[in-house]
Amino acid sequence: MLEIEIDGKQVQVADGSTVMDAAAVAGTYIPHFCYHKKLSIAANCRMCLVQVEKAPKPLPACATPVTNGMKVWTHSEAAVKAQKGVMEFLLINHPLDCPICDQGGECQLQDLAVGYGASGSRYQEEKRVVFNKNLGPLVSTDMTRCINCTRCVRFTQEIAGEMELGQAFRGEHAEIMPFIEKTVDSELSGNIIDLCPVGALTSKPFRFAARTWELSRRRSVSPHDSLGSNLIVQTKHDVVKRVLPYDNESLNECWLSDKDRFSYEALNGDQRLTAPMIKQGAEWKQVDWQAALEFVANGLRGIAEDYDAAAIGALASPHATVEELYLLQKLMRGIGSDNVDFRLRQQDFRADGKRAGAPWLGMRVAEVGELDRLLVVGSFLRKDAPLLAQRVRQAAKRGLQVSALGPNAEEWLIPVRQRALVAPSMMVETLAEVVAALAAEKGVPVGGAFASGLPTRVSDEARAIAVALAGGQKTAVWLGSLVAGHPRAAELQALAQELARLSGGTAGFIGSAANEVGGYLAGALPQTGGLNAGAMIEQGRKAYILVGAEPDLDFADPVATTAALGRAQLVVALSAFDSASLRESADVMLPIAPFTETSGTFVNCEGRAQSFAAVARPQGETRPGWKVLRVLGNLLGLEGFDYADSEAVRADALGAGVEERLDNAIDGVIVASHAAASDVLERVADVPIYFADPIVRRAPSLQKTRDAAVPVARIAPVTLAALGVASGQRVRVAAASGEGVELVAVADDGLAPNCVRVAAAHATTAALGAMSGQLSVERV
Amino acid sequence: MSAHGLILAGTDGDRTWRLQDYVARGGYSALKKIIAEKTSQDAIIAELKTSVLRGRGGAGFPTGLKWSFMPRNFPGDKYLACNSDEGEPGTFKDRDILRFNPHSVIEGMAIAAYAMGATRGYNYIHGEIFEIYQRFEEALDEARAAGFVGQNILGSDFSFELFAHHGYGAYICGEETALLESIEGKKGQPRFKPPFPASYGLYGKPTTINNTETFASVPFILNMGGEGFLNLGKPNNGGTKLFSVSGHVNRPGNYEVTLGTPFAELLEMAGGMRGGRKLKAVIPGGSSAPVLPGDVMMDCTMDYDSISKAGSMLGSGAVIVMDETTCMVKALERLSYFYFEESCGQCTPCREGTGWLYRVVHRIEHGLGRPDDLDLLNSVTANIMGRTICALGDAASMPVQSFVKHFGAEFEYHIENKKCLVPPEVQRAGSQIYVSPSC
Repeated sequence: MLEIEIDGKQVQVADGSTVMDAAAVAGTYIPHFCYHKKLSIAANCRMCLVQVEKAPKPLPACATPVTNGMKVWTHSEAAVKAQKGVMEFLLINHPLDCPICDQGGECQLQDLAVGYGASGSRYQEEKRVVFNKNLGPLVSTDMTRCINCTRCVRFTQEIAGEMELGQAFRGEHAEIMPFIEKTVDSELSGNIIDLCPVGALTSKPFRFAARTWELSRRRSVSPHDSLGSNLIVQTKHDVVKRVLPYDNESLNECWLSDKDRFSYEALNGDQRLTAPMIKQGAEWKQVDWQAALEFVANGLRGIAEDYDAAAIGALASPHATVEELYLLQKLMRGIGSDNVDFRLRQQDFRADGKRAGAPWLGMRVAEVGELDRLLVVGSFLRKDAPLLAQRVRQAAKRGLQVSALGPNAEEWLIPVRQRALVAPSMMVETLAEVVAALAAEKGVPVGGAFASGLPTRVSDEARAIAVALAGGQKTAVWLGSLVAGHPRAAELQALAQELARLSGGTAGFIGSAANEVGGYLAGALPQTGGLNAGAMIEQGRKAYILVGAEPDLDFADPVATTAALGRAQLVVALSAFDSASLRESADVMLPIAPFTETSGTFVNCEGRAQSFAAVARPQGETRPGWKVLRVLGNLLGLEGFDYADSEAVRADALGAGVEERLDNAIDGVIVASHAAASDVLERVADVPIYFADPIVRRAPSLQKTRDAAVPVARIAPVTLAALGVASGQRVRVAAASGEGVELVAVADDGLAPNCVRVAAAHATTAALGAMSGQLSVERV
Repeated sequence: MSAHGLILAGTDGDRTWRLQDYVARGGYSALKKIIAEKTSQDAIIAELKTSVLRGRGGAGFPTGLKWSFMPRNFPGDKYLACNSDEGEPGTFKDRDILRFNPHSVIEGMAIAAYAMGATRGYNYIHGEIFEIYQRFEEALDEARAAGFVGQNILGSDFSFELFAHHGYGAYICGEETALLESIEGKKGQPRFKPPFPASYGLYGKPTTINNTETFASVPFILNMGGEGFLNLGKPNNGGTKLFSVSGHVNRPGNYEVTLGTPFAELLEMAGGMRGGRKLKAVIPGGSSAPVLPGDVMMDCTMDYDSISKAGSMLGSGAVIVMDETTCMVKALERLSYFYFEESCGQCTPCREGTGWLYRVVHRIEHGLGRPDDLDLLNSVTANIMGRTICALGDAASMPVQSFVKHFGAEFEYHIENKKCLVPPEVQRAGSQIYVSPSC
């Protein structure tokens, strides 16, 4: 520890601290622009100059290491003189166009100019003008306002992992710009808006929409990925105008993914379902709630009477709240059906009934920084969980070794030290090889359940992964969306569990939706022999209740789902959005509130239950989903549907605690061995970041990004050559049944041979059916 | 060019930059000797300390002391960099060293590598003197072939790889940490210090950077002994120094003289004032050094302490001589434009301030000066100096401050009368350069 005196106040700071760190400890504010706690030190703005005893010149607080016994004055005459001098320089070429600047009112330069600027300028010469840059659909530029602090540059390089911005030219001509003809395409790009201390980088969707002081700031939780980023949702007259991060060091830190930040546009879009509607013949009629709910209650009662309560199935989105999922399963069980599920993209349900608790990440998000070995199995980590990937990226800089296993090797901007690039059908065998190799490496026998059937031959790649895991002190195995949706998911999970046991680490699921853990905790899955999501589609039901799910986009097999819904007598859709596919499949649509208009709870991948309140009034006739389900329960005469508020529902759903109900252990899954079918083409389906849920796929600005490009058929160059197809040619991709879809083939060396990566969750690929399995590819 | 002194001695013959000529002049004997005698690293550094060789790039930091900062038992590579990015107006000595005696630099670097345990070296050569880069590469080939550079030098277990690297002409790359960034392939911008290069330098490894002339002096110091080198000059100002004399003299060029030589003598060597005109002002150490009035300068000797006492800096030894036909406002305008153009743009005071300074001086020169402009210039320079990451901010400020201090009357005349105190016909007589009508 070091002693330092700041403005006469003694504080102790850790070795290696800077004067800026010490000031934070002392509670002293030192003005600054380029300094940011999460970025490297640049010391270029010079605003934080302070007076240091015995130093002949003022020193930058951000870059000056504390020495024992140092005395610093941050507001002495000398310090303030230096700070004011810098402020004058910052302002001479700044346009001072605050009245028309979106940053006005929340601008660091504006704020500090009040304290350190003069009332008039001594600079009478011409001001610099800098041309604006096109950074893409999300970030708007007014580069003349830029003070060259390089926070944005450092962010892209250090946090986002790819230097998409830089400072070109010299001296007064220096400009921040992207590479020529390039935009900023990072999935974290919006953070540079928050980082920019002036109005040079502002939000394009929010441009000129409101002044910061007109907006209410309300806390919320992201409804998208499994991290559960904390949000500040800003509203004006009950309209969401902007979303900002709420600092939560243990989850999103001070960042947000672009998905979390810009998806709000969909909430104000014209695709919102704002009134209950009933299909009469081919016509959709707007009705009042009373009529709609009675129609639903009567319909469900009729099906139960005509057939059996088990003829009714409920399918909910994993983006629905705990309260919605809990009341949905309670309603289903109330009417006597155990057919309820939220795992819409899952294919293998063999682990059901063998689980010790709710599957989760297996560790705290904040513990990522402590890992030294991580094996990621079957994940599109960077796009599926952008901020989790960011944590891994930072940890990798500190020595975390990342390995990957799966059919995909797209750029994560994280060094992957060992990789087994294998087709989906080979994932179980390869992971089993890693288990065998790790057991050999550790010199301990594998668990009883695996003793037979483990491969005797181990590939070099699998061995390298095992060696890496064996060398770690704190290891984790993460299972991604390709595992969760894998036809042999249970076996992969069992193997991961064995890896965790052998390496003394953890194994768990990354998750791909906001409330998957919450779905398990709320009991929204079959428990007494009912049908799971796959079986409900495969076997067909007479009636379905859909909550927040779109038949053609949110299911493992959109073709089968659409067909099953088409054969049903009654399909009730609770949705925040109107859509063609719902109009096609459903008989009644009930408008339920998105996360901004309802209270609710999401349980994120680390098992953290985060409740939020509505930040705006529901639009039109929209009602919170939990209230709709409560009234439906009442109309059906069910017991226990007299909740006064969502907190009461949460209390029933989650009980006293969540932590003790989290457990990835499964018991009794047999890992079989299958010979590889080497010559067939297999589908690898990602769920593109901006198509993953009903909100984000309707967010117009996100839909203009490169990540929202129309899906193509990505194929390894070697396989493409074998098929006689050149990259860029159009091909017809088809599953075993169905005529398939026409796509552009693109060579992708980040794919295992014999794999065809075609994105799911997109209207152009829905006709391809199941997210995994065999495909054929032909030139057209 | 003078053939006096040490580094330039004997280099005025035909193609005498070649290895054979250097060896004939006694070259590489110092390197051979330390390798043969297995001289200790400490002994070499001690010799340098005795010689009081001070950095020839401009700052005048004692070289022996700098070398002693390199960590001794560092596991891994240590680097050496030679700063030949000579870009300051008035300075043209390093290019002549590399042009006429490149092997002295190579030998000096090899000795330095030996003394500090560096395994790799780079000579960063200014981008606008490409033929000199080629000359150095040729010399490097010769030295490699002769076993003075490379693996197992002269059959010993001492290895040192040396490479030439040419920049692209940015002045800022002469700042030692910007130079390192540039070698690393990044934009040439100074790093903030600490950490200093001796602990975190090229590619994050301990690195020592010295000027070309500094390295070139090293073999001579080892040959004649530190004491002998020191005695060439005067106390605390050891050895010989190259002075790039330019401006209104009859024979501009590089003159290598012992430190402590009177300025009057140097001026005489350079052929005296052109046309016998009166000496008006001298910038004694490159354009970033404060200007001194001619009469002050005539009382100075050419060494670090004397020039410093007179209120300027010996700097890189670029002596810019101006006679009575010089308009000091115009001279400052040129200098200020240089710093405005060459500021790297990284930190605020220099990025914004150099443009401000230039514009105000430009305005004064063009008859648009305002009464409070001189106060403004002094205030802006005070706000730049000592507030920047590197010394470029100071370098841009010192000429402005000193010109205004010593020749304030000339500036005031410009502001009041919208024209120059030195009549246009006088300026024209003294210079071939264009004189603006407003002068």
